[in-house]
Amino acid sequence: MKRENVKVCVVRAGGTNCDLETEVAFESLGVKVDLLRTQKLLERGLADYHIVVFPGGFSYGDYVRAGAIWAKLMQSKLLPEISRYVEDGRLLLGICNGFQVLVEMGVLPAFHGLSMYPEAALATNLNARYECRWVYLRVENPKTPFTSLLEEGKVIRIPVGHGEGRFVLPKDREKEYLKKLLRNRQIVLRYAKSDGRPAETIYPFNPNGSVYDIAGICNPQGNVFGLMPHPERAFFWWQLPDWTRMESPPKHGDGWFILESAVSYVCENF
Amino acid sequence: MRFKCRVEVSLKPGLSDPEGETTKNALINLGYRVGKVRVSKVYELVLEAQSLGEAKKLTEEICNRLLANPTKDDYRFEVRKL
Repeated sequence: MKRENVKVCVVRAGGTNCDLETEVAFESLGVKVDLLRTQKLLERGLADYHIVVFPGGFSYGDYVRAGAIWAKLMQSKLLPEISRYVEDGRLLLGICNGFQVLVEMGVLPAFHGLSMYPEAALATNLNARYECRWVYLRVENPKTPFTSLLEEGKVIRIPVGHGEGRFVLPKDREKEYLKKLLRNRQIVLRYAKSDGRPAETIYPFNPNGSVYDIAGICNPQGNVFGLMPHPERAFFWWQLPDWTRMESPPKHGDGWFILESAVSYVCENF
Repeated sequence: MRFKCRVEVSLKPGLSDPEGETTKNALINLGYRVGKVRVSKVYELVLEAQSLGEAKKLTEEICNRLLANPTKDDYRFEVRKL
């Protein structure tokens, strides 16, 4: 498929605040982007799109739990369609609040397909603070549609901005679920030290206390991806915090590789 | 019939509660000898149902479907007829 025929949908709800940056980032990759309110998406459906993005923000004021209200709205109105969309191999991306939505919706980690109840949670950061800064991430799985332009073990820099990003699994099934995530290669990004060594849940390398330093996971098929860091905030080279100190800044920020991987995947597979 | 349900959602024991820890430290700074603080969220809802049994069943469903995330939350509730 030609790049200009790739259709991306960035969904927004009341309280979403990263929709425009995400739209601009995708548009700069030469694809067509629709920015849709949830209600419009419910009317229009997902069938037209190759990539659907739930962007960052504070949907519905983070009431009940971050992402819960939006997730349950989608679950109640659009679940069969989301299920078909995912089975069709199209891409679903959740960034920050979007990741919380996908977990609350049961679309991630989805060990056995979509689940009615969440199998994981994004809990309050261990230090009870809103962490808004750049972090180092280690690429664990480059064989997903979202990471194909990265190599395993590569250290990338992308900022986080969240108060509830501590990835937790049910305590009584933590070992079992972690094994499943590893076996299925569902752990895509982990918080790391600048040299790529694991953060070992130590602050500040791991900003929130996530189990196994998990920053982003995908479903077993790899076409649904959720991550706490914001690739759209590390997309253009001029978004880098230290570009003025560089002799020659890179062509892109590291977030570019994630969004470009997704677009390239669609071009090659649809 | 209308029923009033009071639902309390709290973090599972053993799961760290940063909000509780921060509150505990603030209380210690105020001079109180506080050992532990855990934070819960309370919802009060008015529900239409045929019987007390049905109201309880619906409340449980509401907890599982929205108010609590079974990964990290416990819940308990009381239901009374209005």
